[in-house]
Amino acid sequence: MNSTLYHRWRKAKSVCMSFATFACAVVAIAPLGFVLFYLIKEGASSVNPAFFTHLPAPVGETGGGMANAIVGTLILLGLASLIGVPAGVFGGVYLAEYGAEKVNWWIRFGADILNGVPSIVWGIVAWALVVVPMRGFSAYAGGVALGFMMIPLVIRTTEEVLLLVPNGYREAALALGIPRWRMIVQIVMKTAFKGIVTGVLLAAARIAGETAPLLFTAFGNRFWTRDLKDPIAALPLQIFNYAISPYDDWHRQAWAGALVLILVILAINIVIRALTRERFAGTGR
Amino acid sequence: MADTANTSLPVAQPVRMAAPSKAADVAFKWLTLLMALSVAALLVFVGFELYQGSRLSLHQFGAKFLVTSTWDPVAEQFGAWPFIFGTLVSSLVALIIAVPLGIGTAVYLTELAPLRLRQPIISVIEMLAAVPSVIFGLWGILVLIPWLRAHLFPLLEKLFGFLPFFKGPIYGPSLLAAGIIIAIMILPIITSVSREILRSVPDLQREAAYGLGATNWEVTRIAVLSYAKRGLFGAVVLGLGRALGETMAVTMVIGNTPQVLASLFAPGYTLASVIANEFSEATGDLYLSALFEVGLVLLVVTILTNIVAQILIATTAGPRTARAVQ
Amino acid sequence: MNLTLEPHQPGAATVPSHQTAAAPATPAAQPTPATEIAFEVENLHSWFGERQALYDINLHVPATAVTAIIGPSGCGKSTFLRCLNRMHELVRGARLDGLIRLFGDDIYGPRMDPTLVRRRVGMVFQKSNPFPTMTIGENVTVGLKLNGVRNRSLLNERMEKALRMAALWEEVKDSLNQPGMSLSGGQQQRLCIARALAVQPEVLLMDEPASALDPIATMKIEELIQELKKDYTIVIVTHNMQQAARCSDHTAFFYMGKLIEFDKTEKIFTNPGNKQTEDYVTGRFG
Repeated sequence: MNSTLYHRWRKAKSVCMSFATFACAVVAIAPLGFVLFYLIKEGASSVNPAFFTHLPAPVGETGGGMANAIVGTLILLGLASLIGVPAGVFGGVYLAEYGAEKVNWWIRFGADILNGVPSIVWGIVAWALVVVPMRGFSAYAGGVALGFMMIPLVIRTTEEVLLLVPNGYREAALALGIPRWRMIVQIVMKTAFKGIVTGVLLAAARIAGETAPLLFTAFGNRFWTRDLKDPIAALPLQIFNYAISPYDDWHRQAWAGALVLILVILAINIVIRALTRERFAGTGR
Repeated sequence: MADTANTSLPVAQPVRMAAPSKAADVAFKWLTLLMALSVAALLVFVGFELYQGSRLSLHQFGAKFLVTSTWDPVAEQFGAWPFIFGTLVSSLVALIIAVPLGIGTAVYLTELAPLRLRQPIISVIEMLAAVPSVIFGLWGILVLIPWLRAHLFPLLEKLFGFLPFFKGPIYGPSLLAAGIIIAIMILPIITSVSREILRSVPDLQREAAYGLGATNWEVTRIAVLSYAKRGLFGAVVLGLGRALGETMAVTMVIGNTPQVLASLFAPGYTLASVIANEFSEATGDLYLSALFEVGLVLLVVTILTNIVAQILIATTAGPRTARAVQ
Repeated sequence: MNLTLEPHQPGAATVPSHQTAAAPATPAAQPTPATEIAFEVENLHSWFGERQALYDINLHVPATAVTAIIGPSGCGKSTFLRCLNRMHELVRGARLDGLIRLFGDDIYGPRMDPTLVRRRVGMVFQKSNPFPTMTIGENVTVGLKLNGVRNRSLLNERMEKALRMAALWEEVKDSLNQPGMSLSGGQQQRLCIARALAVQPEVLLMDEPASALDPIATMKIEELIQELKKDYTIVIVTHNMQQAARCSDHTAFFYMGKLIEFDKTEKIFTNPGNKQTEDYVTGRFG
């Protein structure tokens, strides 16, 4: 019968599409596998104690490490946090605890726009604001660029986490005659502390891998940076410079650096997402 | 009750507590408001600095900047068309690859996947989103491009060489390589936003379709995808916004040659890449200003794209979609 | 400058010295004149935005006694309660009009700091909410600590006193460092009562304090209320009429935002003056 045939055709199409979407999912997760595979294959052998403790070797020589780049990234993260954490956390506090609907909408909208600004543009802004007046590349400039990127990220995560604190606690604290600001800081923020820290860590993991904003702010350094007014090495910058170089040994080190970087970033992400996922046990979709 | 035997009149000995300070409350509120307004300050910084820096170039070249192809620092002639072209083409290629894959994956995750598989796949995609651009670039230069040059590109030339896109010399670094790498990088956001959009489609829609005897695919196509059309389009535009701004991985695989050719095998240049490569070496005020203007173009295009995406996503029918973008 | 007022001493004879300008719209039975008054509520109206929630409430809440507020859902009981400790105004768009005096002090006076009012009027909520990041001991003393009290021994003394008054001391004295959330539901509620008492309020407001508890825990709370009323004024909102009949000395019946009747509990439940009251307490509606 015609209709049975048509029905079989519809069923077949459905099965085909199911398989097609399954194939999409497989293709979608494949790149991570490829990238990790090569990172480990090419980089694992080069990740040795020397890598973590030595400075880069002079051009043309083999050996050396990325000690200054690793430390440099940590320093830049610290500087960025000085800007990103206070502005982001307390900005999020305003949105969650004080904000009026209209003001909040505009601030959130602004934060979303900022989150979409390409990271290299932040490099340009920090260059204009810091490098030009200081007449040179510096760790400060890199910290400013990264810090600016942190602010909209941390504002949104902090606001979300604070909104999750049940209102009952706020009411109970106010009913005790506790001043509002103390209620916010010592009750609400304390309750949401883990979530706030999580948000900051996620933002830090995000900016730790950023290269573009550092290209003409922190600039990079083949030696230790003694003074924050000087250019400073950073792990992603070093990876970039080595990757585009013609030297095989530098390529090898770039793989090693990339492996270290990705492991740290993935570790932070996995730990954080595992911690936060426990609260929302298996929803269907 | 023995417990309460020890109560004296509670208010007979009042505890001296600090008088609440109105000043502290007001000060804290203003502090947090100031911090929140840092968002506004950042927007001002970005807009102002880019505009200030571009003024020389804007004055010199005007609107022709966007359509001229010369990029000659020596002669001080600057036109951004090659970069605009490269950005658009690489992003388009990326969308062509990533949109079907991303939406297909999202459909699989929301409608078809067995429950136990969903979380692992989602986790992998989230991890993919966390990989820094420079690492994709490294992998791109040292692994992908050699493979493309040796295998995929010749194959494409053999099969589709009649099209202008797949004619021309194969070097490796190319618009197509950039498009592929960008596709990998925007896949996670397209997938996760699409997933949110699809999840927000009310079950009622699906049930109605099932009730009419539709197959799985028909339910998906009719009840879910067409309902969510707008939001899915928003996810695509969001992916585009991301693609336009990708810098490091693109710089490392695109070949950094300012030219406008039909071949996808040809090296190219993007707005972000030219800034990345040339900004710190730019000599001369006009050169620098031209690069600022490139940044301004990039900024404006990305912001507009993101706003359009937000509008599309926020206005999709359904209560949960407003929070679809993190 | 804020007025820092000394907490009122129950027992000192204070006769309300005001003259009511107009007769209250809804006649409210007054307790006998010799009893001291904790709250004088006059012509109280309140709104949530455009929607009016309370219409011209006139009520004198007697001190060191238990006053129950009963009425069907949505009649304004909780709204009224929250007007007494200036929690109503925390809701966006909420406002009120009228006069409320706490032992003679106008709590909505222009120079009256709401925070000070809330120290004098404590509140216990329907859902017990001990602060999750604090131990049992910390929960009790949080009201004192966050208001500047530093003296260790004083804090410990107040903590023990408050826990005793809440009939919780014996059960928790050895586990004061356990998280507040580790207690059972009934214990958590008593912890919240101790927390409120530690700040030495003059009045304790209770918004359906036992509605989420099992009968045994409820009974403990009700026994506690009988003990506390010797020293505190208690105003309790309850949807459970039997509870009101058991616990309270005076009862106010609210309906649709209006105070219908206020009298001694005995009278309200056995021989109410108003037909609506009678219909409610006999279960004909609500």
